[in-house]
Amino acid sequence: MIQFQNITKIYPPHSFGETTIAIEDVSFKVNKKEFVSIVGRSGAGKTTLLKLLLAEEKPTKGRVFFDSQDVHKIKPADFFKLRRRIGTIFQDYKLFPSKTTCENIAYVMEVMGASEEEISRNVQEVLEIVGLTSRAYNFPEELSGGERQRVAIARALIHRPEVILADEPTGNLDPYNTLDIIRLLLKIHELGATVILATHDKQIINILGKRVITLEQGRIIRDEERGRFIF
Amino acid sequence: MLISLKRIIRSGWLNFSRNKGLSLATIFIMVMTISLVTSLFLFRDISQFLISSLQEKVDISVYFKAATQEEDILQLREEIDKIPEVKNVEYVSRETALERFIQRYKDNQVIMESLAEVGNPLLASLNIKAWEASQYITVTNFLETSSYKNLIDKVDYYQRKPVIERIFSITSTINKTGIGFSLILAIVAILVAFNTIRLAIYNSKEEISVMRLVGASNWFIRGPFLVQGAISGFAAALITLLIFTGALFFLSPKLEILLPGFNIFNSFIGSLGLLFLIQIFTGVGLGVVSSIIAIRKYLEV
Repeated sequence: MIQFQNITKIYPPHSFGETTIAIEDVSFKVNKKEFVSIVGRSGAGKTTLLKLLLAEEKPTKGRVFFDSQDVHKIKPADFFKLRRRIGTIFQDYKLFPSKTTCENIAYVMEVMGASEEEISRNVQEVLEIVGLTSRAYNFPEELSGGERQRVAIARALIHRPEVILADEPTGNLDPYNTLDIIRLLLKIHELGATVILATHDKQIINILGKRVITLEQGRIIRDEERGRFIF
Repeated sequence: MLISLKRIIRSGWLNFSRNKGLSLATIFIMVMTISLVTSLFLFRDISQFLISSLQEKVDISVYFKAATQEEDILQLREEIDKIPEVKNVEYVSRETALERFIQRYKDNQVIMESLAEVGNPLLASLNIKAWEASQYITVTNFLETSSYKNLIDKVDYYQRKPVIERIFSITSTINKTGIGFSLILAIVAILVAFNTIRLAIYNSKEEISVMRLVGASNWFIRGPFLVQGAISGFAAALITLLIFTGALFFLSPKLEILLPGFNIFNSFIGSLGLLFLIQIFTGVGLGVVSSIIAIRKYLEV
């Protein structure tokens, strides 16, 4: 379903720095309904890979396919068609500061043209799943780090996308919440979604027992079917 | 489609009402811009009034020899009246001229005494007004070639020519500089308003990129900003209209002392509909066009 073909991403130098090689000649495939974890130290290139899939960044070399479509041949005005099929949990949440929890979560469904009833039903449901019913009308700045992260998760799930990209979705959560979120991701996966999880949390990887791709300095050093976190 | 439109409008309204500080700043700048456009409009009214009242004062007088019969003069008057460039012709007989003279100098002892000695030295005349200062030359040409030429003692166009030409050049300069000045001011004002909106949108660039990343189409992103710009523009137009109505109501009597016969409040009320349309057009147009231009570069993510 998703295929990275010899991807290299080099960031041009800023005024005094050197060029940064974020990803170097990376190739792998993710099948439909697969659960893949991408692990590595921070700076290993995990987030860059996800950005390349979302067409947020362009590769320096290589191609990324989503369902046989070359992601970087899509016109910017049509990116939304691709992105609606992917639910992304961003590392820095990327919530709308001027929208309440409810509005943040509902936004994706609104842009897709869902009916009001459908939206309010789904929002209620997702709020319960992430345990934020009491925070429905708060703005992001009134929420704690963990709560914001859960809003971000709820927003990525609400429209039941085919693919979930989770970039460090548990970075700000305590161990109890972390387990809840992982269970949630597993449940979504069971319901038929493809999940790509980028993390550096050793415990999570070891609990999951799913495919693990290990990145180091932009290169894949391991790709194991039932991987463990090894460094 | 309809549901998207509803959502875009609601979202624009929420953005407007939640970012009060920013909305107020935008409205404030727009009020300044629209006020400027409105004042230019009013300034045009004032300058047109000034120009026409200046031109109103210009005329030429044709003096007839003392022996000329009144009938001949009246006949000539009829013929002059037929010239399309002529606005009106007034006949001043010797007696009327004397009455006016006495009226004007009745307090001057010396003049009155000498007048009593000489009798009536004044000549009958026709005062001719043309529609425009440049048309007097046609009238004098007619007089010089007409069969009445030998009845005429003098035409004072030649004495007044420099003044008439001067007025003509002043009025056209006022018009030209007025237009140039208005254009420059309008451009400056529009640039300031545009920049304010650009900064407001720059503030939201993160939000715009997130909208793109979660799958919003360009129109769904642009829409609320356009609505927000339009609301600001509409509010600014309304506020400006209220300010001007109030200010002119109190200012008008004072201005009327300076420019007798010109009531700026009435002229403002008279063109209220057109003015409000111009204001709304400026406000909403500025808001919408600035938003479209400013948002463009953030829609590439």
